[in-house]
Amino acid sequence: MRVGLFVPCYVDQFYPSAAIATMELLEKNGVEVVYPMKQSCCGQPMANSGYENYSGATSDLFLKNFGDFEYIVAPSGSCTLHVKEHVLPKGAFRPQIFELCEFLTDVLKVTTINASFPYKVGVHSSCHGLRGLGLAKPSEIIAADFDKPKSLLEKVEGINIVQLARKDECCGFGGTFAIFEEAVSVAMGKDRIGDHERQGVEVITSADMSCLMHMEGLLRRNNSTIKVKHIAEILNGNPL
Amino acid sequence: MKTHTSHAEAAEEFVKDEERTHWHDETLWHVREKRDVAAHKLPEWEQLRTNASLIKDYVLSHLDGLLIDFEKNAQANGVEVLWAKDAKEHNEHVLSILQKHQIKNIVKSKSILTEECGLNHYLEEKGYDVVDTDLGERIIQFVKQVPSHIVLPAIHLKKEEIGEIFHEHIGTDQGASDPKYLTESARLHLREKFVQANAAITGVNFGIAETGGFVVCTNEGNADMGTHLADVHIACMGIEKLIPRAADLGVFLRLLARSATGQSITTYSSHFSRPMDGKKMYIILVDNKRTEQLGREDFRNSLKCIRCGACMNTCPIYRRSGGYSYNSTVPGPIGSILSPGLDLNKHSSLPFASTLCGSCTDVCPVKINIHEQLYKWRQVVAKEGPSDPVKKWAMKLAGATLSKPGLYDFFGSMARKALKLTPDSLVYSSLNAWGKQRDLPEVPSESFKEWYKKNRKSHEQ
Repeated sequence: MRVGLFVPCYVDQFYPSAAIATMELLEKNGVEVVYPMKQSCCGQPMANSGYENYSGATSDLFLKNFGDFEYIVAPSGSCTLHVKEHVLPKGAFRPQIFELCEFLTDVLKVTTINASFPYKVGVHSSCHGLRGLGLAKPSEIIAADFDKPKSLLEKVEGINIVQLARKDECCGFGGTFAIFEEAVSVAMGKDRIGDHERQGVEVITSADMSCLMHMEGLLRRNNSTIKVKHIAEILNGNPL
Repeated sequence: MKTHTSHAEAAEEFVKDEERTHWHDETLWHVREKRDVAAHKLPEWEQLRTNASLIKDYVLSHLDGLLIDFEKNAQANGVEVLWAKDAKEHNEHVLSILQKHQIKNIVKSKSILTEECGLNHYLEEKGYDVVDTDLGERIIQFVKQVPSHIVLPAIHLKKEEIGEIFHEHIGTDQGASDPKYLTESARLHLREKFVQANAAITGVNFGIAETGGFVVCTNEGNADMGTHLADVHIACMGIEKLIPRAADLGVFLRLLARSATGQSITTYSSHFSRPMDGKKMYIILVDNKRTEQLGREDFRNSLKCIRCGACMNTCPIYRRSGGYSYNSTVPGPIGSILSPGLDLNKHSSLPFASTLCGSCTDVCPVKINIHEQLYKWRQVVAKEGPSDPVKKWAMKLAGATLSKPGLYDFFGSMARKALKLTPDSLVYSSLNAWGKQRDLPEVPSESFKEWYKKNRKSHEQ
């Protein structure tokens, strides 16, 4: 199986280890990972700011890089959702884009994860992956429970996944929201962290590095010992 | 040019009081939790939502015919039906009814529509004293505030503050804060007003096209107390509040209170059809730009709203900024997709008062795609709203830079180098909104692309 790896712009620039782990994890599961070198950004920052019309060129570049693949995999729920809804041509059979966790559970159907992570972990259920991609059952919905990222983490040796008071409340990043509504963004981030803190969490993980970047910014500014780690790195067996 | 306080500015003020923000957030989250408990008790919950959504879709696509049916059937019941194009006509209709019947004392049960039309203020200017009989609305009426939540109007006030307000206005004990005592005092105070009232103004939760009747839902019975004692009943209704058949109440009444407060149903669901002998009943049907919204393909779904407030309770931004930050009669997520349709300039910041988390869409009993409409309104604001040349220029530049891989790589690398070299005191200047309360991420030694080039070049396309 051959996939095109799409690395979100901020992961490429600031959190390459999450992308490296994604690549390695896919390869461990027998996938040939191709990384088109001329990729950049999915265009979401412009589109979510109301400037969809300025994201045409990034969409074109994305399709130029990834148009010929059957599968595209990205370590981000948010970017994957944006590409799915606003970049890929409607009704086209291919390419299909998947966030990493759903690719592992739904396409590769992995049954084992060779990793050990003996820490108290809080799982942050990022909104776009959750409600947009259906990575888990949202707390608002009355239906059978499921959680794709969590189901993968549960296979990790020694991991202790805590239950949060508010299972899937937004962290407050929201892209440019973090800048233009800074006060509320920070208030939301602090509350999310508080929930993890009260459960004694040592590491906060998520399928989205953007949420983690926002929470990490707050954690470090407030000299917290809590670490953040993208789910790819835990599943790949990277040490803390 | 910006002339209105944006949500961001108002929210920043609200959030300064951290403790009060936590209290407001917890209070409303608690209401969301009650909604969850109630919804979980119905295994068919999601099917109910789908049904409600489909019925409202039908209503919106047959609104003209259904309104004519409703009018015909209401008239056959002896109800006088009036039509109001806008808030002004609505207020003038109410005034002329009051004048015609020489009304002295008016009681009003909760109607967000009358808030939208500014009815109280209009009538007060004409010399009338309108008593709001919903407990929350009465409280804020005393302090000349507007509702901060469409279902819980005074949710932003603590019981100690309400105690102070009641001490000043209805003579309760100073320093009292026991909810039972305060409520009983309000009850006695309002009882007097009900007995004295000649006219009762109510809202309408559901107008039933096939019968011409309508339903008003309250927890306090204040709609009934008013209408049973007064000689004139004026029911104010937004044209979108129709349902086709009485049987459809079986869907909506099961969803409304569960979504709003977590009750299985409001204490009173009052069904009105015809006036009592010797009394008069009026229905005023109000457009006030609803037909304009109906004409907007991307936003017409917002008219399905049954005003439950569930979206406000679940919204992490609403809970942490309060209803007043929205500066809009209907605040929160639904307000942010309705109000730009009323006044795009005034409400241009509202679609951005959101992280697009989608929780509102998930709790909406009529399945309005709120977060998708917020995204779409952002595109409208960028094109037709007040100009924001700095943002526009930044986004245009971003679009141009990010779409050229060479430029993207170059600027990415430059940004990282610059961050590494620049002292913290400059990086975290007051211009850096991110850095006000957060650290920037640590700069890695190389980007993923640079790592890939070095370590995996054989896969290069």
